[in-house]
Order: sequence, then structure tokens, then C-alpha cells
Amino acid sequence: MRAAARLVARADGRGGTTLVELRGETPLLLRQVPTRRGGVTVYVVGGAAGPLAGDDLRLHIEVGAGAAVRVHTVAASVALPGRPDATSRMLVRAVVAAGAALHWLPEQLVAAAGCAHVAESRISVADGGALSWRDELVCGRYGEEPGDAVVDTVVDHGGRPLLRQSLAVGPDAPGWAGPAVLGGAPATGSLLVLDPSRPAEPPLVTAGGTVARLPLAGGPATLWTATAPDAHTLRRHLTPPEAPLATA
Amino acid sequence: MAAPSLLLLLADGRFPAGAHAHSGGLEAAVAARRVTDLATLAAFLRGRLATAGLVGATFAAAAHRAAPAADRRARLARLDTELDARTAAPALRAVSRRQGRALLRAGRTIWPHIPFADLPGAGGGPHQPLVLGLLGAAAGLDRTETALAAAYGTVTAAASAGVRLLGLDPYHVHALLVDLAGACDATARDAADAADGPPEDLPAVAAPLADIHAEVHATWEVRLFAS
Repeated sequence: MRAAARLVARADGRGGTTLVELRGETPLLLRQVPTRRGGVTVYVVGGAAGPLAGDDLRLHIEVGAGAAVRVHTVAASVALPGRPDATSRMLVRAVVAAGAALHWLPEQLVAAAGCAHVAESRISVADGGALSWRDELVCGRYGEEPGDAVVDTVVDHGGRPLLRQSLAVGPDAPGWAGPAVLGGAPATGSLLVLDPSRPAEPPLVTAGGTVARLPLAGGPATLWTATAPDAHTLRRHLTPPEAPLATA
Repeated sequence: MAAPSLLLLLADGRFPAGAHAHSGGLEAAVAARRVTDLATLAAFLRGRLATAGLVGATFAAAAHRAAPAADRRARLARLDTELDARTAAPALRAVSRRQGRALLRAGRTIWPHIPFADLPGAGGGPHQPLVLGLLGAAAGLDRTETALAAAYGTVTAAASAGVRLLGLDPYHVHALLVDLAGACDATARDAADAADGPPEDLPAVAAPLADIHAEVHATWEVRLFAS
């Protein structure tokens, strides 16, 4: 299955945000929901099971100057095996302008047994733009060893590299479950918060040595990285501070 | 190919660049009781080789590739910011630059003609893999050999620290390194191939526990190893 979706947001000139483009195809359907505060909230509604190996899904997000967008998904996505020797791909490209804010806070990706999945994010934030970006990965459904999954996140800030991070789990990733990488934790993820109005906070390790707060080198940005025994605990560790950005 | 002795020399833990002072994250993993015996050490080494090992080897190979280029300074500067973006933990960035400084001190005396002035990182020093890449090029190593010295260093530092931290039998620990030899060679080949790609596409294999362990370790007042 191949699908492409687009979301383009602009400031409406009255302090709010308007969606000038919002279109998707099954299984990448986009729905705007009412928001109390300024900014718009969009849900990605999975219109089919999967992704299944062989699927190629692409989502393009553009947030113009002064606009604020929050994106959620309605449910976890479960990467499943499909055609033999095929890989499923989900590519999200996002461009965030100066004075704009994008919060990408989806539900978890679950790597089911036998899957072959690559989740790629390519994000470019202009100087003065703000971003929260969450990646969460659950290694296998209950009691199951995961297939191969790679979560690859590339973020540029002001045209310079801010974050390059590629987490690989499954049979093709040597040592992934071991004490150098996940230490047997079935859930892992990170939350990047780039906010020009707040300095990055100093490093800190919490939750019994399973969560770290890491100020990045390339901008006013902090990465929370976590391992957890389950999806709920992981979410608790990777929930952004309420209303982190004035425009949201 | 360079004189084989030069590869052995650069990869040798006795090369005076202070490698023996680092455990490659093992000390914190032992303290967290995640590495307790030979089997967990083996898993640690395998994971470290596939993550920090591949990334470090690729950046050494990429710096080696940049060494003869006319725009060497710009290329090394880009590699420096790319490696920073792959090193989320400030403690790991600092360790890489500290090890880079130590290697640079040795290199400046041993190979005075190397254009070290083109290395970025004036404040904290250049990242270790970038210095190693220039040294490999100056010593006449090819790109894969340079990557091999880097990959080999990431596992041997942690392995010999395992002997000291856990009181393991050095024969058994070296048997682990023998088991890893094929993977180490393959990592060096992969790194040398990957170094041809644009800087933003170089491998960025992450290890959440490496970041967490490094930040915990950095807060200790008393420790056996510098990292």
C-alpha cells in the first residue's frame, strides 16, 4: 500500500492558525479536531492495519511563520510482516518556519514479530522555530520478540545539524537488547524539545537510571531519552511540559 | 596499504593517548548491575560495536577521506557538528573531545607535519574519531584500516576494563574479542563504505543506555575510569 498525506498550516493573521492544505489517503487520513487554545490539532487516523511490510507511507508537514500545529495519532501503529523480503516505510518530512511551532506527539510504534519497518523523520526548523518531537518504540506485542525496526530521526535547526539518531532493534541489530543499548527494556523512546524562548536544561538522570535529560549541542534544545518496562511508563517519561510554547 | 606495523601501532592500547583510562561506558553499566559476568560483557561489547563502534569508525573514515581534500577545514568542521548531533549526551561529547585532545598531543609530536590546525573544536578539543582519521591518513593507512583501528578501540577499551571491574579471567575476555573479530572487521568495512555518503547520511546508531550511563557516570565523585 502506498499513501501520501500533506498538512500545510499558516498564520491566519488574527493570532490563530489555519490549515491551507489537509489531505490524506488510506491509511494516512488526517482529521482536524477543535482546540481550546490557539493553534490547530490534527489527528492521523489509521485507515487500515499495519504498516505491513511493503507499505510506503509519506506525510509532509509545513508550518508557516506564526502558525502552531499539534499532531497526534488515534492509536498505536503496529508494524507487521507483509510480503517476504519487503520493508515497510513511514517517512515524515516536516518544515517549521521562524516563529512557528510543531508538536509531533503520536502514539507508539509497536514492532511486531517478523516485521521489517523503517520509520524516518526529516525535520527542518528555522532559527526561531519551535518543535516537540516524540518517538516511542515498543519492541514486540505482549510476550513477543520484535522483528526488525529502525527509528531514524534527523533534525536540522537553522540549517545546521541538531539531532541525528537511529535506533535499531530486532534480529538485524546486534546487541540491541543487551546492556549497551536497551538492557532488556521492551519500550524506549525520546522526546526532543526545541524552544528558542527557553534555554536547554542541564543534564539529569532520573527514574532509577532509565531516563536522561540531555541538552543538545546544536541549539536551545533538550532531548529526553528513556527506556521503560512498558508503554505506559514510557509515556509518563516522555510527556512534554504543559503548554511549552506561547503559540501553542 | 601502509606498513602493517603502523596499523598495529595506532590500534595498540599502549599508544600514548590515554585509552587505558576509559572503560567505554562499562564502569557505569557494571555499577547499574547491567553487566555482571562474561555473558553480559559479551552482549555489551556486541551492542557497543554496533552503535558507538560503527559511528566512531565511520567518522574516522570520513576524516581520513577529508584529509587530502583542498576544503579539508570545512569538511572537518561539518563532520564535527554532525558528530555532535549524533552524541546527545553532553558527557559523551566531552569524553570524545577529551580523548581527541589526548590523541592530538601524541600525534603532534609523532607526526609534526599533519595539518592538525584544520581540526575544529577549539574549546573542548576535536572529536577523537576526527583526529584518528587524520593520523590514519598520515600513517598511510587506508580508509578501512583507519576505521578498523577506531572500531577495535571501542571494544578493546571496554573489554580490558571488564577484567579490572569484574575480576574476569583475561583469557576468557580475550576469547570474547576473538569471537567479535569478524564483526569488528565487518564494522570497519561498513564504516569505510558509509564514509562516501554525504555527512548528514552517515550512520547515527543510537544506544539510549550509553547516553544514560554516561550522564550517571559523570556525576560520580570517585571512579576508576574517566568514562
